[in-house]
Parts: sequence; C-alpha cells; structure tokens
Amino acid sequence: MGIAEAIVQGVLLGGLYAIFAAGLSLVFGVMRLVNIAHGDFIVLAAYIALMVVSLTGLHPFASLLIVVPLMALIGYGLQRFVLERTLGEDLLPPILVTFGCAVIIQNALSALFSTDAQRLSAGSIETDSLQVAGLSIGVLPLLTFAIAVAIIAALEFVFFRSRIGRAFRATSDDPETAQIVGVSTKHVFGLAMALSFGVMAIAAVLLAARSSFDPFSGPARLIYGFEAVIIGGLGNLWGTLAGGIVLGIAQTLGAQISPSFQILAGHLVFFVVLALKPRGLFPRMD
Amino acid sequence: MAEPLLSVKDLSSGYGDFQALFGVSLELQENAILGLVGANGAGKSTLFKAILGLLPRARDMVNFRGKPIGNVKTEDLSRLGIVMVPEGRKLFRSLSVEENLQLAAEYGRKGEWTPDRVFELFPILGQRRRQAATSLSGGQQQMVAIGRALVANPDVILFDEISLGLAPIVVNDVYAAMPQINASGISAIVVEQDVDRVRKLSHSLVCLNEGRVVLSGPSQDFTKAQLTAAYFGE
Repeated sequence: MGIAEAIVQGVLLGGLYAIFAAGLSLVFGVMRLVNIAHGDFIVLAAYIALMVVSLTGLHPFASLLIVVPLMALIGYGLQRFVLERTLGEDLLPPILVTFGCAVIIQNALSALFSTDAQRLSAGSIETDSLQVAGLSIGVLPLLTFAIAVAIIAALEFVFFRSRIGRAFRATSDDPETAQIVGVSTKHVFGLAMALSFGVMAIAAVLLAARSSFDPFSGPARLIYGFEAVIIGGLGNLWGTLAGGIVLGIAQTLGAQISPSFQILAGHLVFFVVLALKPRGLFPRMD
Repeated sequence: MAEPLLSVKDLSSGYGDFQALFGVSLELQENAILGLVGANGAGKSTLFKAILGLLPRARDMVNFRGKPIGNVKTEDLSRLGIVMVPEGRKLFRSLSVEENLQLAAEYGRKGEWTPDRVFELFPILGQRRRQAATSLSGGQQQMVAIGRALVANPDVILFDEISLGLAPIVVNDVYAAMPQINASGISAIVVEQDVDRVRKLSHSLVCLNEGRVVLSGPSQDFTKAQLTAAYFGE
C-alpha cells in the first residue's frame, strides 16, 4: 500500500473512530460526564446485535432497527436510575460508577458468551472495493465514513437547530436556571445519554462487521474515542470527526513504517497534539 | 380582601444546617407588584429560591391560587405560571438572544408574549437577536432576562435585584417597561436595593432583616425614612 492509499484508508478509519467518539463527546458536552464504560457499552451493543441477528436472521445493518432503540432505552435508564445520583460538582463519582459498569459488562459478557472472538457477517460488502484514481477503496470503510459524516451532521442539527438541542445547551450551561425556565434537567440528561447510546449501537454494528470483537475489546474503543475527542477539541462534533481522521491517518501511516508501529503512532500523535494544543485542534467548549 | 395569587406562610428555609429564613410570610395579590427590600444577606434571594423549590420548604408554606405548591418541581413552575429573573441575569451563554427567548417560550405557557413582542418592548434586542446573549451589555442582558421571563406568559415574575450593576439610564429603561408588563396581567415581586424607587413602583412592600419580616404593608403607608430604617434593622 502506497502513502496515498494509506492516507485514504486512514481518513476512512477516522470515520469509525469519530462514531466511537461522537457519543462520548455528546455526553461530556451536555453533562460533563466521562463515561469510562463507553467502549464496553459499544461491545455490549455488538453482542446484542449478534443475538438479534442470530435470533431473527436479519442482516446486521437491519438489526440496527432493534439495537438502536434498545440501546437508547438502556442509556436513558442508566442515566435516570444510576448516573443521575452521581452527578454534581465532583467529577469523580460518575467516573467510578462507569468504571464499575465496564467491569460488570466485561465479566457478564465473558460469562454469557465466553471470551471467544465474535464477528457479524455483513456479506460481500465486507470485501467489496472500488477503484478510484488507481486506489482501492473498501466499500464498507467508505460506507462507515459516510455514516460518520451523517451522524455528525445529524447531531449538529439536533444540537444547534432543534428544541431539544437548545435544552441540551442550556442545561449544560446552567442546570439550575434551565430548571427555572422549565426544562427537566433529569429528562434532558437522560435523552442525551439515550442519543449517545443510539450512536454507540451504530458504532457497534460497524465495528463488528469490520473486525472481530470479544468481551474485553471495549477499553481500546474507549481510548480511540477519547483521543479523537481530545485531538478534535472538546465540544466540537466536526472537530471530533477531524480528530478521528488525524488518528486514523496516524495509524495507517504508522503501519506503513512497521505493522507493530500502527497503534503506537496514533497514541504518539495524540500525545503531540495534547502537548502543543491541550484544548485540541478545534475547541469550542470553554 | 381577595384570595392572594401567591402567598408564603411561615416559611423557614436555608442551606444545609444554616437557617436563613425564619417564619417569613407575605402575600402577592393578582395584578400587583410587591417590593421586597432588605440589606445583603437579609434572605431575599433565599426566599425566591425557596418559593421555586430550589431550597427546602414544607408542602404548604407556599401557595399559588390557593393551592399548596410545595410538592411541585422547580421545572413545572413555569408552566404553572411562576418564573424568575435571576440576580446576575444568568443567560445561557451558548444560546443566542433569540434562542434564550425561544427556549423559555417552548417550555413556558402560550400567550400574548412571544419573542417578537419582546423585540417590540426592547427594540435593541431585535437588532441583536443572533448574537450570543452573554456578549451583550449588562443592561441588554437584563432585557433578555426579563424577556425570557415574559415569553413564558407567567402570572408571577420574581425579579431578583432588578437593577443591580446596571447604568442609571438602563435602569430607567427597565423600570419604564414595568407598567406595560404589569398591565398585561403579570404580577411581580421585585427585589431592589433602591428603596425609594421600589416604593413608588410597588403596591405593597415587605422588608426583610436577617431572615425575618420586619415591615410589611401597602407602599403608600411608608415613608422613605421608615423603609430605610427597617432596611438597616434600626
């Protein structure tokens, strides 16, 4: 693979990382909550999709019609009945609770499904490719990138053009005044978490169609998501996409140097960005 | 006398172990303005927070249209008809002027007050509708805060420190809008440091000192000197 092809593959990989990161960015933006179990919930969603596909025979992408609302429901319930009690001035309690969730999910999944790697079969789309200007571009990575752009655009629309988006931003700015204005902050936080979990479900199915996963795959997804958010700049969803792309390109170029350098290259770029621009490349949040 | 629109009966409240209000009682009549005066730390803002359910209060300590609202959640009060213009404006910084008004209109009650009507009342806001609300001057921000309360079409507005930190000319603009607001059927409790100004604006007055009511009655019954003395707890 040449440099140009590596860059194109990196851009497309960045789309997947942006989807990992979008839900994380959204929840942090609205609630200042760092969900340590974000990657594990993505893996949980992948197992739910696996069950839905095996029980119904649906195509993995069609299973999203069930997995997305189910995950959104789980997210809303988690926020209202568990995380809501931990929110406050101190950022540590929700971090500890989500860390606990991560441990529970990993152990519960390995007890239920074993630690064997699993994968969702999406059919020929997994291997189909297009030839563009002499470059071979996989259809599934291209579709993943297009979905990432669509998700970011949809979230931007919700955030900046809709009633619930105004409530998200107002609650994020000042929950007490939002309450006085008539906004139920608990419900708004629940909806933000539901939206985040819905995006996680999409990330999960795309991940599971592209690569194998096991109960302990979550933390790596969390790290890629974190890095994309931080590189792009806190609170900026398009920045998160840019962060994902930077991370993806760093990894694919790193792999050009040596396959073992792929992951490390991404982390090094993250480290350099953090050192030079601690608030990320395109920060929006104060 | 007719049943009060909003009444507070023997209200005691505070922050954790610190009690800030001791048996406070007051009544706001329909279509009336009640002035609430008192030195810093007298308990005025605490009283508003307790009315809004942001601080603890017993179920029947606050009544609205004759019914106790102690169990009503803060976020449900705007739909019931009670809103506040908070001290320091507290506009949402990531929302534009128009969005601040839109949000309050969406979560409040429908009625004659709309964002467009607020722009008629305060034309400068119409010109700056797309600007971030917190980028405006202090006076303009206060206009947005008042507009945000109005578009909920409330029965009662609690104005906390209505003129604090504003230039005198801006205070005049804000006070000039009050009769129009009152004429649209909105009652108000106005917290104000300028006792003479609030005496002229309001129908009745309550003075708090160290969390207790030290003076209460129709505004015309009090002289500026009497109010000032009560204000300083003399």
